[in-house]
Amino acid sequence: MREAGKGAGAEPREDDVPDLATLSGAGLVSGLRKGDAVTVQSRTTPAVSFTLNGAPIEVAVEAGVSLLDLLRERLDLTGTKKGCNQGACGVCTVLVDGRRVLGCLTLVAQLDAREVTTIEGVGTPEQPHDLQRAFIGADGFQCGYCTSGQICSALGMLRELADGVPSAVAEHVAAQPGSSELEMRERMSGNLCRCGAYNGIVDAIAAYADAAGGHR
Amino acid sequence: MSALSERPANPVVGQEIPHEAASLHVTGEALYTDDLAVRTHGILHAHPVQAPHAHARITRLDPSPALEVPGVVRVLTAEDVPGVNDAGVKHDEPLFPSEVMFFGHAVCWVLGETLEAARLGSLAVEVDYEPLPSLVTVHEAIEAGSFQGGQPHMERGDIEAGFAGAAHVYSGEFEFAGQEHFYLETHCSIALVDENGQIFVQSSTQHPTETQDIVAHVLGLPSHAVTVQCLRMGGGFGGKEMQPHGYAAIAALGSTLTGRPVRLRLNRTQDMTMSGKRHGFHAQWRVAFDDTGRLQALDATLTSDGGWSLDLSEPVLARALCHIDNAYWIPNVRVNGRIAKTHKTSQTAFRGFGGPQGMLVIEDILGRCAPQLGIDPIELRSRNFYVDGQSTPYGQPVRHPERVAICWEQVLTTGDVATRKADIAAYNASHEHSKRALAMTPVKFGISFNFTSFNQAGALVHVYKDGSVLITHGGTEMGQGLHTKMLQVAATTLGVPLSTVRLAPTRTDKVPNTSATAASSGADLNGGAVKDACEQIIERLRAVAAGRLGVHPADVRFSDGHVGKVGGGATVPWADLVNQAYFQRIQLWAAGFYRTEGLHWDSSAMHGSPFKYFSYGVAASEVEVDEFTGAYRLRQVDIVHDVGDSLSPLVDIGQVEGAFVQGAGWLTLEDLRWDESDRPSRGRLATQAASTYKLPSFSEMPEVFNVALLERAHEDGAVYGSKAVGEPPLMLAFSVREALREAAAAFGPAGTSVDLASPATPEAVFWAVQEARGGAEPPHMTAMVEGAPGVVPDQPGADAAPLRPRSEQAAQPARAGT
Repeated sequence: MREAGKGAGAEPREDDVPDLATLSGAGLVSGLRKGDAVTVQSRTTPAVSFTLNGAPIEVAVEAGVSLLDLLRERLDLTGTKKGCNQGACGVCTVLVDGRRVLGCLTLVAQLDAREVTTIEGVGTPEQPHDLQRAFIGADGFQCGYCTSGQICSALGMLRELADGVPSAVAEHVAAQPGSSELEMRERMSGNLCRCGAYNGIVDAIAAYADAAGGHR
Repeated sequence: MSALSERPANPVVGQEIPHEAASLHVTGEALYTDDLAVRTHGILHAHPVQAPHAHARITRLDPSPALEVPGVVRVLTAEDVPGVNDAGVKHDEPLFPSEVMFFGHAVCWVLGETLEAARLGSLAVEVDYEPLPSLVTVHEAIEAGSFQGGQPHMERGDIEAGFAGAAHVYSGEFEFAGQEHFYLETHCSIALVDENGQIFVQSSTQHPTETQDIVAHVLGLPSHAVTVQCLRMGGGFGGKEMQPHGYAAIAALGSTLTGRPVRLRLNRTQDMTMSGKRHGFHAQWRVAFDDTGRLQALDATLTSDGGWSLDLSEPVLARALCHIDNAYWIPNVRVNGRIAKTHKTSQTAFRGFGGPQGMLVIEDILGRCAPQLGIDPIELRSRNFYVDGQSTPYGQPVRHPERVAICWEQVLTTGDVATRKADIAAYNASHEHSKRALAMTPVKFGISFNFTSFNQAGALVHVYKDGSVLITHGGTEMGQGLHTKMLQVAATTLGVPLSTVRLAPTRTDKVPNTSATAASSGADLNGGAVKDACEQIIERLRAVAAGRLGVHPADVRFSDGHVGKVGGGATVPWADLVNQAYFQRIQLWAAGFYRTEGLHWDSSAMHGSPFKYFSYGVAASEVEVDEFTGAYRLRQVDIVHDVGDSLSPLVDIGQVEGAFVQGAGWLTLEDLRWDESDRPSRGRLATQAASTYKLPSFSEMPEVFNVALLERAHEDGAVYGSKAVGEPPLMLAFSVREALREAAAAFGPAGTSVDLASPATPEAVFWAVQEARGGAEPPHMTAMVEGAPGVVPDQPGADAAPLRPRSEQAAQPARAGT
């Protein structure tokens, strides 16, 4: 019985494919931070230009490369983590034009002229965002692996609330949603925390929203 | 109060401080193993070839076509192993197997310039398999007599006399599922070789020393040639106690053969289909009560589903037997255990380590029997609590049993249980299609590794000339806040502010021969070692300070960065004193060591005092169940938990909450399904992603969640009076399961007993509701039997070996468990 190369299950192609594009300069871009301009070029594929953490970036990668792999494998922005790589855990949540998206399900090709914000663009240890401070204050994590996704997701979620986007627990789709704990839990339910730090996360988001005079 | 447990004035321990890496975590700056890959030049990527059979012989393996794939650098096979081709400590886990033992078993590994090249290479490897018969369920293994390892037997009293004189006898069977760890960070190792041939492995491992051992024996090297470091883990939960070793060995082997760094990071599907999980169990039991509902006898046989190799199955089973009593006095006990060998992943450690499985059996028994006895479950449970002077079935006196009763009373009061029970009764009377229930369950959990030898730890504390302090200890950080606690212990012992102390990553060349960060023992053991090292330094500095201050050494006090005389007066800044000591040629660093005193354990006889102390807790959970769907809400949870005098209250509250949520996931949501059919996919894990394996999310959190730590809970036998916290609160989630059972029963007439499957998914609850309403027995459940003989648990054959872990056989380096 010959089963040449047959794996245990049908798998998607593997994630990071840096061989199919060329980086400008020699090798990887180290320690990219907000404000750094970067160009990543390819001989074979059309370039995509967007803004990453406030700085312009141009990349040309194979069509199947996800935003998550671009960030982690190509740009050294490892603050965005990989949990399931199939859009089911929320760990890789980042913001595109202020809205939350899953980095593993977003292709680089979709990013032309968009504005991408990762956790590195939200704040730094020296100058954290108020929501990041709130996560520290409310103990909104344990192992920390889901945290960057939780924070990006929360920022997007609060904007959705402000924009009146209804949720599954909204009383009426046309009504301005409230910001009850129930609403926030429902809206954050795509971000798993295996350590179960959910209480701290909800407390952190609520504290931030309250202080920001937001939607509570 | 012991010297170990006594706190000085104004200690840093006990303060509510954030996690030591908090600002790194919230900004994404904290590095996990895989984050190092992009920072490592010239790294190769490893990808497995996974077998598509539950059981098969490999008749041919030809890696050469893979080498034709662009970017493939090398294929690692058994021929490449210079040392021992084995990934475990029991020597029953070939790293490169000739026989496939579970669906998805890795038979060889491909190294590529990119992960995609390695993956394409893995598809090109040609493997011929000869499929063999397989055992996929624990029932199939029992029927086939397929067992592995020792078969522990624990007995106390006169079991037959206990049943003969009893007013009520019930018996039954209960099979319950395991659990996937689903740490969000999958297994990852990065290995490289330095110019001197030293192997350096960065691994997400809870047990760096054992990872080092396995890497060394695979490579045929002495341990000093291998260094393992763990920065931190994105969750471990026991899943990285034994499982990382083989992956680390593959990376290290690849690195030695290619001279390049090698990264092995499992994707989620690989992780779920290749790495071990919590053991599911099958239990046969019979139980006897007197006419007041007091337990008289328990006879049970537990069969754990060990999967294909022994792994940690023996100690897991031992701990299950040691926790079948939970918090209840049972005068006559006989419990047998055995480990099924099945064609599944090698089941392993998972938070609680068999304790939850043992306790689930007795809680299920009490939940099923209470209606038959006509006693409210809250009353039935509390009536059977241990009291002072009683011992466990394995002979350990139960110290502080009153803490269960205190926690119980506190939850009754703060949770306003009496009022809510009345409200629930009123609700149920007025709602035909929706029922509520409130259940309370206790936890008593033994702390220490069952196997006495593992209860040791080391630490290294450096005080630099400028007064700054760097500590390293043998424990690993996986989110449980161990490093935070160790910083607090060091600052407290040295009498310096927290900011004076920094912590360096866990490495085997800093602290050797460490035990796994497991068994909830991380803070107890490593805290003892850190404290010991700091005390050595303080004793040396005390003499220097005495001379400088002109006081007796015993009167020198170190506090908050100042050194002075007890009772006040002039002080010297810590840094000045340290600097002075340096010039006096005083050694300013120390290696600390700790071993837990007073433990003894005979695992063959299943007798002794294996635990330093017991942790206690109580939870009350209220649920609401929908008749038509079995869907439910967790309306309120109230917990009081005993962590001793907390070292770090913020950390401990988080641990209690998180453990409870994880336990509730195991018991109510997380449904591992293996293909039990006869199709070619037999043995395949069907739930191999977050899309099919339901984890607790924000939506499943209790709507009201009150957690309190027991006050005035000093523990004399542990560092600064604290208690372990990682595992015990997981078992508080039994209250959710019991509440679901009672809510389902409420759809039937008063006194209805229901059989509830585990996990109690909405589907399982639906069937329980149907049973309560007079329908059939839920699928896959066996009805409880009243009266003798009923179910008689299997007894071991004459040839059954007692539990005698190889770790107790001097020649074999191994472990016997947590």
